[in-house]
Amino acid sequence: MIVEFGHFALILALAVAVAQSILPVVGFFRRDPALMAVAPRASMMQLLLVAIAFSALTYAYLVSDFSLLNVVENSHSEKPLIYKFSGVWGNHEGSMLLWALILAVFGAAVAAFGGNLPQTLKANVLAVQGWISTAFLAFILTTSNPFLRLAEPPIEGKDLNPVLQDVGLAIHPPLLYLGYVGFSIAFAFAIAALIEGRIDAAWARWVRPWVLAAWIFLTAGIAMGSYWAYYELGWGGFWFWDPVENASLMPWLVGTALLHSAVVMEKREALKVWTVLLAILAFSLSLLGTFLVRSGVLTSVHAFATDPTRGVFILAILCVFIGGGLGLFAFRAGTLRQGGLFAPVSREGALVLNNVFLTVAAGVVLFGTLVPLIVSAFGGAISVGAPYFNTVFGPLFGATLLVVPFGPLLAWKRGDLLGALERLWAVFAIAALVAIIVAWMSGETHIVAVFGLGVAAWVLVGAFAELWTRARFREAGLSGGFRRLAGLPRSAFGTAFAHAGLGVTLLGVVATSAFQSEAILEMKPGDTATIGAYSVTFDGLRNTSGPNYSEVIASMTVREGGIVRFVVAPSRRFYAVRQMPTTEAGIHTHGLSQFYVTLGSEGRDTGSVVVRMWDKPLVTLIWLGALVMMAGGALSLSDRRLRVGAPKPARRAAPVATAE
Amino acid sequence: MAMTRKTRRLILIGTVGAVLASAVGLVLFALSGEITLYKTPTEVVEQSATDGRRLRIGGLVEVGSVVRKDGGQVEFKVTDTANAVTVTYRGLLPDLFQEGQGVVAEGKLDQSGLFQADTVLAKHDERYMPKEVVDALKAQGVWEEGQPGGPIPPKAKN
Repeated sequence: MIVEFGHFALILALAVAVAQSILPVVGFFRRDPALMAVAPRASMMQLLLVAIAFSALTYAYLVSDFSLLNVVENSHSEKPLIYKFSGVWGNHEGSMLLWALILAVFGAAVAAFGGNLPQTLKANVLAVQGWISTAFLAFILTTSNPFLRLAEPPIEGKDLNPVLQDVGLAIHPPLLYLGYVGFSIAFAFAIAALIEGRIDAAWARWVRPWVLAAWIFLTAGIAMGSYWAYYELGWGGFWFWDPVENASLMPWLVGTALLHSAVVMEKREALKVWTVLLAILAFSLSLLGTFLVRSGVLTSVHAFATDPTRGVFILAILCVFIGGGLGLFAFRAGTLRQGGLFAPVSREGALVLNNVFLTVAAGVVLFGTLVPLIVSAFGGAISVGAPYFNTVFGPLFGATLLVVPFGPLLAWKRGDLLGALERLWAVFAIAALVAIIVAWMSGETHIVAVFGLGVAAWVLVGAFAELWTRARFREAGLSGGFRRLAGLPRSAFGTAFAHAGLGVTLLGVVATSAFQSEAILEMKPGDTATIGAYSVTFDGLRNTSGPNYSEVIASMTVREGGIVRFVVAPSRRFYAVRQMPTTEAGIHTHGLSQFYVTLGSEGRDTGSVVVRMWDKPLVTLIWLGALVMMAGGALSLSDRRLRVGAPKPARRAAPVATAE
Repeated sequence: MAMTRKTRRLILIGTVGAVLASAVGLVLFALSGEITLYKTPTEVVEQSATDGRRLRIGGLVEVGSVVRKDGGQVEFKVTDTANAVTVTYRGLLPDLFQEGQGVVAEGKLDQSGLFQADTVLAKHDERYMPKEVVDALKAQGVWEEGQPGGPIPPKAKN
C-alpha cells in the first residue's frame, strides 16, 4: 500500500512538472502574474510528491519488501541496515529517483530563497526546471520504474553488488548528484535569460551562489569517489581515466570555468554570452555524466540493444536539452548586449585565459572519452586510456596551474604584469628551492617530480600572495597587517584556499606517483619482505564472518628499524548470495602517508598468499587538497550570502591596483 | 596605451588559437602512439607483427591454462575458442578472474609471441562481460543470445 502511494505520488509529480513547465512561460508571454505565480507553488508541490515517492521506496528497502522487483534485484534480508538504506540508489532505477529528488530540492530552494528575483525571471527559471523534471520523471516512469511489483514474490532477494556494500555508496552518489543537479539551476537561469533576451550583472549575482554550491558538491563527490575507488577496488590508484570518472571531471572543469566567468560578469558586466554558454555546457556535461554512469552509453554500445526504449529515451533527453539549449543560444545570444571593455593584461584577461584552458582541457577529455564510440561506429575497436589522457591533459592543466597565482594579483580592467611578477618573485624563489631540494634528494632521475613539486609549491604558496599583498605587512607592521587581513572580504580567503587546495592535491599526486615503492610477492606465514624503509612480516591467515559474507583476514606486522610500527589486515571476502569475492585492502595511515596492502589469490603452498604492497608517501594530500578547495568554496559562499541583493560598486573590488 | 577593440579581439583570438593549436597538437601526438588497439586472439595469431604497439585482447581464460609462477607472476591463455594467446602478468588478478570466464588483457606482444600484460580486467559482476569479449565470441559464433545478462558498464559506481 505504501509502495503504491509512492508510485502514485511519482505520477502526480510528473503531472505537476508538466504544469510547471508550461503555465509560467505562458504567463510570461501574456504578462499574467497569476500564471507566473504557479511556478513556485508547483516547485514546492513537486518536492513534496517526489519526497513521498523516495520515502516509499526507502521503506520498501528497509522492510525488505520482495514483492518489488527493484528490491529483489538489489537487496537481501540479511544485508546490514545502512546498505539497505544506501542500496536505494545503488541501482539504476533508484539512482534516477534520487536524481529527481535532488532536482526537486533545488527547484524548491530557488522558489523559497529566490524572494529577491524578478518575477519573470523566477517564473522562467522554475519553468525550465520543470522541463528537466518532466523529462526525468517520464524517463523513470516509462523505462526505469522502481515501483514495479512481482506477481509471485520470491522469499529472498539477490543482494546488492558487494563492491557497493560500503559507506562510500551512502555518501558518494548523493554528493555527485548534488553537484550535477546544481548546475541545472545555472542552466535554467541561462535559458530563462535567453527567453527574456535580457541579462545583466544582477543575473550573475543570483547565479553565482548556486554555481558555487554545485561546484563544492561536485568537488566533494569526485574526491569521495576517487578515495572510494582507491580503497575499495584494491588497485592502489586514485584515478583511472575511466569514462565514468571523465564524465564527472568534465562538468567540474567547465563548472570551474563558469565560476570564474560569472565573477567577471558580476563585477564587470563582461563575458555575458560566454557565461551563458558555459552554464549550458556545464549542465549538458552533467547530463552526459549521469547517463554515462548508469546506462553504458559509452563503455558499451551494446547496452542499447538490451533495453532499446531506455537508450532511445536517453538519447532524446540529451538531444532536447543539449541541442535545444545550444540552439536557443545560437538564436538568441545576439540579443544579449556586451559590455565592459578590458585590456588583455587584466583580471578579466587572466580569467579569460583560465576559461580557455579549462574548456579546452574539458574538450580533450571529451574527445578521448568519445573517440572509441566514434571509431566503433566505423567498425574499428580501440580503447583510450591513461597514456592518452596523461599526455594531453597533463600539459594543458599544468599550464593552467602556472598562471593561477597571477590572476588575483592583476587589477580589473587594466593590470600590471610587471607589478604582479614583482610580487611573485618570492613565491618563485620558494618554488625553485623546492624543485632544487627535490632534485638533490631524488637524484636527477625524477624530472616529473622536480617540475611537479615545484609547480605544486608555486600554486600553493602563490595562492596566498594576494592576501599577503593586501595585508601590507611591510608597511603596516605585524599587528596592522593582521588587522588589515581580518578586514578583507571572505571571498578573498575563499579564492586563496581554493587555489591552495589545487596545489595541495598536485603535491599529493606527484609525490605518490614519483616516490611510492611497490612490491608484489608470494608469502608464507612467517615470511618477511622489505619495502621502502619497512620490513613486513606475514603472521598468518584467520577466518571470520560478517553479516552476509565470510572473510579471510591476513595479519601483517610492519617494522621500521626492527621496531614494530603497525599492523595491517587486508582481507578477502566472499558474499554467498551473489557468489562473489571482494578484496578489502589493508590501509594504515601514518602522518600524511599510507601503507597499502591487498591480498591476491592463494599461493602455491597451503597457507601462502600473493600480496601487493605499496608505501605511498603523502597520498592523503590528494583528497585533503579537495577538502581545502571545498573550504575555499564554502568561505566564498558565506561571503556571498551576506552580500546577496546588495549591489556593490565595482571599484571596491579592485584594491590591488592601488596597493602600491 | 590605447588599444582598439579590434586589437583586443585579435589578441583574444590569438590566445585561444594558440591554446587550441597546442591542444590539437597534443591530441594528435597522443593518438599516434598512446591509444590501444583491440584485437581478438585470432587476429593476434594471424598478424603477429604489431610493432610493439599497446594492444587489448579479449576472450575467455582457457580452462586449465592458469600457471602461477614465482614472485606473483602468473601465466594464462586467452582464447576465442579458435586461437589462443599466452599472457603473462605480474600482479594481483581481479577478484572475478576465473578459468572459462571472460577477460580483457592490456599490454604488449613481445618478440616470442608472449603477451606481456600490465592490466587484466575481468567481468565486474555476474551480469557483466566486457563488450570486446562478447564481440569476439560472437565473431567465432559461440555466443548465445540470452547468455547471463547483457554487459553493464564495468565501473557502475553509483
